[in-house]
Formats: sequence, structure tokens, C-alpha cells
Amino acid sequence: MVNRRLLSAICYLLSAIRMSNISLSNITKKFRSVIALADVSFRVNDGEFFVLLGPTGAGKTTTLRVIAGLEKQDAGSVAFDGEAIDALTPADRDIAFVFQQYSLYPTMSVYDNLAFPLRSPVHRVSEEEIKTKIRGVAEILRISHLLDRKTARLSGGEMQRVSIGRAIVRDPRVFLMDEPLSNLDAKLRESLRVELKHIQKSLGKTILYVTHDQIEALTMADRIAVLNEGQIVQEGAPDDIYDRPATTFVAQLVGTPRINLFEATRQNGVVTLKDGTVMVESKPNLPDALLLGIRPEDVKPDANGKFSGQILLKEPLGVETVLHIKTGEQTLLSLVPGMSDAKIGDVLKFSIASDKLHFFDTNRKRVNA
Amino acid sequence: MATVTAESSTSKPFVRVPTRRNQLSDRAVMNLFIWPTLILLIIFNFFPLFYSLYLSFTSYRATSPTAPVWVGIQNYTNILTDPDLWQAFTTSGRYVLFSVALQTVVGFGLALLVRGKFRGSGVVTTLILIPMMLSPVVVGLFWKLIYNPSFGFFNYAIPFINPAALDMIGSRFADIPVQYLALASVILVDVWMWSPFVMLLVLSGLNAIPDYLYEAAAIDRASSWFQFWRITVPQVMPLLLIAVLFRTIEALKSFDLVMGMTGGGPGNQTELIAVYLFRVAFQGQFRSGYASALAYIILIIVIAISNLYIRYLNQAKGEA
Repeated sequence: MVNRRLLSAICYLLSAIRMSNISLSNITKKFRSVIALADVSFRVNDGEFFVLLGPTGAGKTTTLRVIAGLEKQDAGSVAFDGEAIDALTPADRDIAFVFQQYSLYPTMSVYDNLAFPLRSPVHRVSEEEIKTKIRGVAEILRISHLLDRKTARLSGGEMQRVSIGRAIVRDPRVFLMDEPLSNLDAKLRESLRVELKHIQKSLGKTILYVTHDQIEALTMADRIAVLNEGQIVQEGAPDDIYDRPATTFVAQLVGTPRINLFEATRQNGVVTLKDGTVMVESKPNLPDALLLGIRPEDVKPDANGKFSGQILLKEPLGVETVLHIKTGEQTLLSLVPGMSDAKIGDVLKFSIASDKLHFFDTNRKRVNA
Repeated sequence: MATVTAESSTSKPFVRVPTRRNQLSDRAVMNLFIWPTLILLIIFNFFPLFYSLYLSFTSYRATSPTAPVWVGIQNYTNILTDPDLWQAFTTSGRYVLFSVALQTVVGFGLALLVRGKFRGSGVVTTLILIPMMLSPVVVGLFWKLIYNPSFGFFNYAIPFINPAALDMIGSRFADIPVQYLALASVILVDVWMWSPFVMLLVLSGLNAIPDYLYEAAAIDRASSWFQFWRITVPQVMPLLLIAVLFRTIEALKSFDLVMGMTGGGPGNQTELIAVYLFRVAFQGQFRSGYASALAYIILIIVIAISNLYIRYLNQAKGEA
């Protein structure tokens, strides 16, 4: 415990001396005729846990590889602490990269894998010092008992811990992580998620983390950038992304179960769904045709509720229950806390939190009402 | 099944419905495939194998009308005390050692060269593979011409010597005998012919190494030397060992190439064990019993070496 505190104190001091922020300006990358990244710009601040969120093929990994120098961008520039690093090799960028596949050297022991980056001739670290560092890192990641093992004999979770350890041990300027948890099972993913966040906070390092998993993004990130088809759709804190999604894409990407999204029109001062259900009173700045988004947790069973519908399906998840409610021509998802005693076929009265509705125009962009 | 037959027979009443009786059972089909193969194997493989084992304990000449005479281990004792044979073994040993070692190095080198994709790399790889597709006898014959002191271009490609003075096949330079020159010339051709085979296997090993290992190493600031020894070599090792195993066995049995080039000469300088065996068994002497015993000794050596390699192979696989 003392060791860990000491280590984090040392790391904190080190990181205080050396700032490490990343800024990307107008990065464009093409693979033959396919545009992987189109004019991507964002900034990761020093000591920040920054998550790049997006579906498969959005360009997240490409962004990371451009920053690492494993891929050369066609246009734009990457800068660390305001200094352009485009001309530097991956080795000279002083980064650590955790790959989705556990990129461990198969014929070496865990200890040697962890020592690998330190033994590089660039560093000139004494074996004694390497030993202390590895012991410290192994303790943080709880892999001390594995140090003598060959990496081929490790489980997935252990392998990924060693990969993360190899990144931490060198104390790089920034950490780049490419879906490091997605090959692990759910339980392990959950616990490593917490660990990773804890390590990041205690070491105070800058992490750029790529994932397609919105839960990972929401739980770990200080800030999130949502990427789709090579473009940044929205950038902001987790609550910005969740509560004020900039487009329907973001709204649907973040949050389980998915947001309810309906086509609606503004007529005579009210917002009406296609089948004529009147939802709310209209605000003056809404367009005539729009999309209405309702988060499932804002659909609440309520005996005095304005709306009613029939329960089509019930998904009990233990801590909460998802109800599929058919009302008019639409099916609404409702998320209720705990186990619900409602039965399939029941007619349920419910209310919708009208102040939490999301409006999008026909271009699927958010309209602030 | 039954309903289908019923339907088809109602729609076409005169169609003959196949019954169970004139269909072959699975077992019959199986036997039909297995037995011919097995009989061929027995006639051409098992019988000679065991008959030659019997012959190796007899005094027998395939050309003489007398029946084999049981002599016990006499043939084996004679072989193992015969200096000519030990000479042939030593020559084979040198041949195998240098030929396989050079093939490994050259093959590995070639694989590393053609590994990276470049314009025309497919064509280049195919061209490199041509030598191993040729017949060894053909290769032996045309290399004999290439080595020819008066018109072969090999000698002209070597700088600083008088091309007419060098006689590779004759193992002479300026009419003075040079030891091992003929053996070296055969080894050179074997390397030319079979390095592509090593390359092919190593190449498939190299292609199986995931890029992210190199990327991780690059980010970890590992030198290319270190990447080669810690990533490339260990990952390719199992396939490289297979290549070396195949080449060792083949080189130990090497016959046609040497016969095509030197016929074992000059003197007995390139007389490999297989060439010696051939001479004892079929040229003039026809000492069939003795030759069978020798063949068995070679078989045992090949099996022993293979086992050694396979042990290493399993070890290498366990590590990777």
C-alpha cells in the first residue's frame, strides 16, 4: 500500500513536470479510395481520460494509429504539447500503445515482457531499477504471481493486464488504448474498467481510449468524442453526450435500451406523432417536421399518466425492467427501476417527462427547445 | 425418404425404384476404396520392406540362381567395419551438414527479401521457386555443362582466376587435384535447387506473424536486430525446423543429383551413402543381402535424426 502511494506520488511529480496533451488538427486519411478520416480535429488535455467512441469502421483505430505514427495521415497534423510530431517515428513519439489483441512477445516470460520497453538501448535503465519498476507495476495490476510465467500460459485477462503493465512501466507521455477490454468476458471487463480508471486517476496520465462500447465510454471518460464515418459528430463530457446528443446518431449510440425515436410534426402549437397522438405543447423554435427522442427512463408508469398503452413485452434485468409499450402505432420502450409486476397484455398508464424530450430536425441534428 | 419414393413412383409409374438390395452399403463402398490401396501398399511397400529385412541377414545375389543363405548379422558386421563405407558416410555427413546449413541461411534470407510486398513480388517469388520444380537429373546434367571448364559460364563468373584452369566436377585446379571441390560443386547445386523450398516454408511462417507484434515492438523502441531475434525467429522456428527436417532426410538420401553430375567421382570424392548403396546393390556386384543390410542402417539413421528434430519441433511449438 505504501509502495503504491509512493509510486503514484512519484508519477504525479513526473507528470507535473512534463505536460502531455494531444491535439489533432484537420487529420485526413484515405485508404486508396476509401476515406477513413475526414478532417478530424480534437484536443486531449493533460491528465485527461479521453474516449473516442464510435461504431466499427468509424475510423477510431485509424485515428489512434495516426497518433502513434503507425499510419501516416494524408493531411493535417498531430501535435504533443503544441509541438508537431508528424516527422517522428513511433519510437520517438514516446507513447505507449495497448492493442486490442494482447500483443505480448510469445517466447518471453511476463517479467521479460514487462522489462522489454525498459531494456531498449534508448532508455539505459539499470537492471536493478527495472526490477523495482516491474514490481511496482505488477502490484498495481495484481500480476506479481505471474512474473515468471511464459505468456502463452496466461488467460485473456491476465494477458491484457500484462499488456497494460508494459504500457505503464515505461511512463510514457500518453497512453493510447485500442479497445483493450473488448476481448475479455463481461465480468473481467467490468473489473478492469474500474482498475484502469483508478490507475489513470492515481498516475494522472493522459489516456486516449478507443471503444465501441458506450458503457465503457460513459463510465471511464472525462470527455468523449463520438466518431462516425471518419468524422467527429460530438465532443463533450459524458453527461453532455447523454443528455444533449447532437444528432440522432449519438442519441441512438449512447444509452441502453435505445432511445425511442419517432417522426413527429408541429401543428397548431402542439407536437403530434404520425398517428395523431399529441405529445407536448410546441415551443416556438421547433421546425414543422421533426424527430422526437424519448429516453426509456423518461417513460414512467403513472396511474394519473396522460398516456396509456398495452404491454407487449417485458425484459426483467434485475435492477431494472424494460417494458415494451404499444401505444397507437408506436412501440415505446420504458425503463422502470427494479422488477416490475406489470404483465404482458396489461394496459398501462404512463407519463413522459416533457422537459427531457429531445428534438431533432429532418437532418437529424439537435434542436434545442 | 419413403414418401419421396412413393410420390415419384406415382407420378412416373414405370421408373424403377431403387431398392436397398442393389445399392452398395457404406461398408462395401469403404472396402472398395480401402482394399485396392492396401493391396498395392502390401505388394510394393510392406513386402519389400520385410523381405529386404530378411535378405539383410542372408548372403544373396539377385543375379545368381542360388537361394539366400542365412548368415546372421554377418552383413552388418562387414558393413560397420568397412572403411569404404565409413568414407561414404563421412562424405554424406559433410554433404548434409553444408548443404542443409546453407539452404537454411539462403532460404531464410530469400524469404525475408520477398516477404515485403513490392511491385512484381509474386512473379519474383514464383521465379525463385523454379529450381525446385525441376527434375534432379536434369538439374545435374545442365549444371555439369555450366561447370564445364571450356564452355561453361560458371568459371567465367568467378573473378581473378583463369576460367580454363578450374575444373569443379573433376575437383582440379590447374591440373592439381583439390579436395572437396567436386563435393562443393554438388552442394552448391543442391543449395541452388532447394533453398526455395526452405524459403517457401519460412515465408508461410513469416506471413503468419501478426503485424501488431512488430508495431508493439516499434513503439517499445526495440531495435530491428532485437525484433528479428525475439519475434521473427521464435515465431518461424517450428516451420523452419520442418524445412530443415525435410531437407536433412532428403540430403541423406540424395542420389539422382549426384549421379547426374559426378556419378560419385572423381574417385569416390562425391560418393554419398546412397550412391555407394546403389553401386553395391546394382552395379556389377549385385550384393543384395549386403545392400539390404546397408539400406536398413540408413533407414535407422534417418529415423533417429527425424526423431531428434521432432523433439526440437515440439519444444519450439511449446514455446511459441
